[in-house]
Amino acid sequence: MNVVIVGHVDHGKSTVVGRLLHDTGALPDGRIEQVRRNCERAGKPFEYAFLIDALRDEQAQGITIDAARVFFRSARRRYIIIDAPGHVEFLKNMISGAARAEAAILVIDAREGVRENSRRHGFMAAMLGIRQIVVAVNKIDLVDFDQAVFAAIHREYAAFLDEVQVAPAAFIPVSGRFGDNLVTASPRTPWYEGRPLLEQIDALAGAGPETEQALRLPVQDVYKFPVRGDDARIIAGTITAGRVAVGDQVEFLPSRKRTRVRSIEGFNTAPARTAAAGAATGVTLTEELYVRPGEVMHRVGEAAPQVGTTFRANLFWLDRNPLVRGRRYLLKLATTRVTVHVKEIVQALDADTLERTRAKQHVGRHEVAECVLETHKPIAFDLGVDAGLVATGRFVLVDQYEIAGGGIITEFVSDLSESLREHVRRRAYAWMDGAVSGGERAERYGQRPCLVVLTGSVHPLLVRVARDVERELFGRGGAVYYFGLANLAGGLDADVAREHQSSSGETRDENIRHLGEIAHFLTDSGQIVLTTVADIDGYEAETLRILNQPNPILVIRAGEDRHGVEADLVLPPDLSPEQAAAAVCRRLRQHDRA
Amino acid sequence: MTALERLEAQSVYILREAYREFSRLCMLWSIGKDSTVLLWLTRKAFFGEVPFPLVHVDTSFKIPEMIAYRDRLVRSWRLNLIYGQNRAALDARRTFPAGALSRIECCKALKTDALVNTLSGAWPRYRFDHAQDRYVVDANTEPYTGVIVGARADEEGSRSKERYFSPRDQHSDWDVGDQPPELWNQFKTDFAPGTHVRVHPLLDWTELNIWEYIDAERIPVVPLYFDQGDGTRYRSLGCYPCTTPVESTASTVAEIVDELRTGKFSHVSERSGREQDKEGDGTLETLRRGGYM
Repeated sequence: MNVVIVGHVDHGKSTVVGRLLHDTGALPDGRIEQVRRNCERAGKPFEYAFLIDALRDEQAQGITIDAARVFFRSARRRYIIIDAPGHVEFLKNMISGAARAEAAILVIDAREGVRENSRRHGFMAAMLGIRQIVVAVNKIDLVDFDQAVFAAIHREYAAFLDEVQVAPAAFIPVSGRFGDNLVTASPRTPWYEGRPLLEQIDALAGAGPETEQALRLPVQDVYKFPVRGDDARIIAGTITAGRVAVGDQVEFLPSRKRTRVRSIEGFNTAPARTAAAGAATGVTLTEELYVRPGEVMHRVGEAAPQVGTTFRANLFWLDRNPLVRGRRYLLKLATTRVTVHVKEIVQALDADTLERTRAKQHVGRHEVAECVLETHKPIAFDLGVDAGLVATGRFVLVDQYEIAGGGIITEFVSDLSESLREHVRRRAYAWMDGAVSGGERAERYGQRPCLVVLTGSVHPLLVRVARDVERELFGRGGAVYYFGLANLAGGLDADVAREHQSSSGETRDENIRHLGEIAHFLTDSGQIVLTTVADIDGYEAETLRILNQPNPILVIRAGEDRHGVEADLVLPPDLSPEQAAAAVCRRLRQHDRA
Repeated sequence: MTALERLEAQSVYILREAYREFSRLCMLWSIGKDSTVLLWLTRKAFFGEVPFPLVHVDTSFKIPEMIAYRDRLVRSWRLNLIYGQNRAALDARRTFPAGALSRIECCKALKTDALVNTLSGAWPRYRFDHAQDRYVVDANTEPYTGVIVGARADEEGSRSKERYFSPRDQHSDWDVGDQPPELWNQFKTDFAPGTHVRVHPLLDWTELNIWEYIDAERIPVVPLYFDQGDGTRYRSLGCYPCTTPVESTASTVAEIVDELRTGKFSHVSERSGREQDKEGDGTLETLRRGGYM
């Protein structure tokens, strides 16, 4: 079980952990003596915290900088104790530690009482989904084991936890330095009738994998390894909820492709018929579907994830640069990576004072906020507030290579195609028409403008065909222009690639949107625009279709259909590039006459 | 799920994440038990395949059985193995065994420098050519941008503070005071040109977990870990001038597990046989900030 120790700086978290290790006999022989010798050499008094604060800077400054993993065993189970730093400067380290934990011990100094980070950490632990919190009122020896002091802190902090909707498991008076109420009940607090700390942690329920929920298998990757001697694609991923069996009908979202599970794969293990939450597994399918990493597999007939682009979330921000409304970030949710922007910052909350501010333009470092986010492509997700489906309901935001914040989805809002249409409506409303009408241009050029998208898996072939078509139409006096995605990458979108430096997927989403806008200009000027997009998917085709309005698009596919996109013309695989170009020209003439 | 199954699943997840995100990925294989478990987990993650090269830093002072075992597995599992070496230091006899350097300086020269320069491609890489059944100089000198390492948090203090995905700058430096946040299985996988990432799938494993897993999966390990017939065995493997065996008659994996769980080593730290750790304070942290694994 993973347990994180949190609380305000200098309230004695590392000392509690160090003493706990000592009193349970978890330290290797000679360790205490070694630390004592080091302390003597450095001319400073021995502290149990030095057992944990291993970094030189930590010992020099007497504070914990980064969360340490400490391993120990009680009579009941094995633990990884995560000793988190209490200084606000290191909040991201505290969060990294707490995000791995199933329970938290929150330490409060009996002399100092509830402080800023006592509250902030309690709030963050709750937000990170830790439901089991034990409050240790430490340094009780320094207030002469006074019950009144303990009771006052108990009252004040229980009220705070109540406001953030956490029911603490216990409040315990302890002394990290002398070991009171850590492993055994202390005779110096006869008024305390509860369990000592270790016994209390042992009594907490361990969080098991979510096997009773609906199936969620976020696709991490798709493998096809020659060593196996077959061609089967293995859909690899860790099941975050539910269970799956061979023969189950499954659906992948957002692509909505359906098939059945043919096998459950493994290595050095007996063939399995089922797999359940927690397992890092792989499945093969009865049909060879083209599935992408980031999709979520669920079982047909069970509750499906949401599919959409816009959702409401509670998020916390860690980066020095604030979260800015309208700015683009990379969103990582389970195995999905997608460009996102903040549509609206509904309200920000101070995690210490719980004060709320409305209608903000940005969220500062260490602030918590309720926001509406919009991804640039539909994704499959759950509401993180639904018990058992948290793994597909929370996300992080990446800014300039760094994880800058995280959040939990609270509500599904609406869909992207809706907001794209809204964008096109506004664009049309603001559009300034020139003196020459579209009809006049069509008559002059003898053609109906449109966007022709050549797609397929062999990109060089597509480019060859597109250029042949351009040459042919131009030769006949048409107004035609070839424009490839590569032209964007080097020019208009050079900043996109630089800004994000993320996987090619996000850059591609941006490219597609820009391509749609450029096609809109060019077709509005009466031209036929030719472009090539390798393996276009249904969503990308729809984006281009909406953005190119009011002019139409024609999708022409060469080769295998991997995404179930409806094509206006399918080129048989045995055509030469010349024959393919001729077929495209015929289809365009048909379009002109229609 | 058992605790061991959870550890396995988490490591597999991390390995798959690394493979998905880094095109120039390799794994360090020290031949010891930890990185051999890591190699086994890799075969778990990729259904028998090892889809990236293994890199071994050969100090030339490794115990000979280690190299023999390495080459045996390379052949039988058809592994893509690359080794690198600080040839200049070895040729000039600038080493601790030759009396020219302290233990720490020797570690830096033969391990850290050799590792950093092998990863960057600055020094020659020797790749096992299965067709010729021998090592040849590798033509590929591209730097690796992702390096999978078998470090465990329970080994020593600075490793207890590591991230699963830990960035290193151009000079392989580790900024321990300012590590990236890591939560909900989302790691730092976007990085600036010139930097690289160390990936640590075994952080949450203890020495005991490693042996329990070797036992459960029947993973072949170097025989040096078992009683050598004289009542001693190696608990941690390194270079022979700096690694001493421990007194133990454990001759099977099950006996080693017992020794660690309740027996004579349940209270003795693993690296107690590693001499370089005993020189001064925070030594391993110093080595690790400079690129040591």
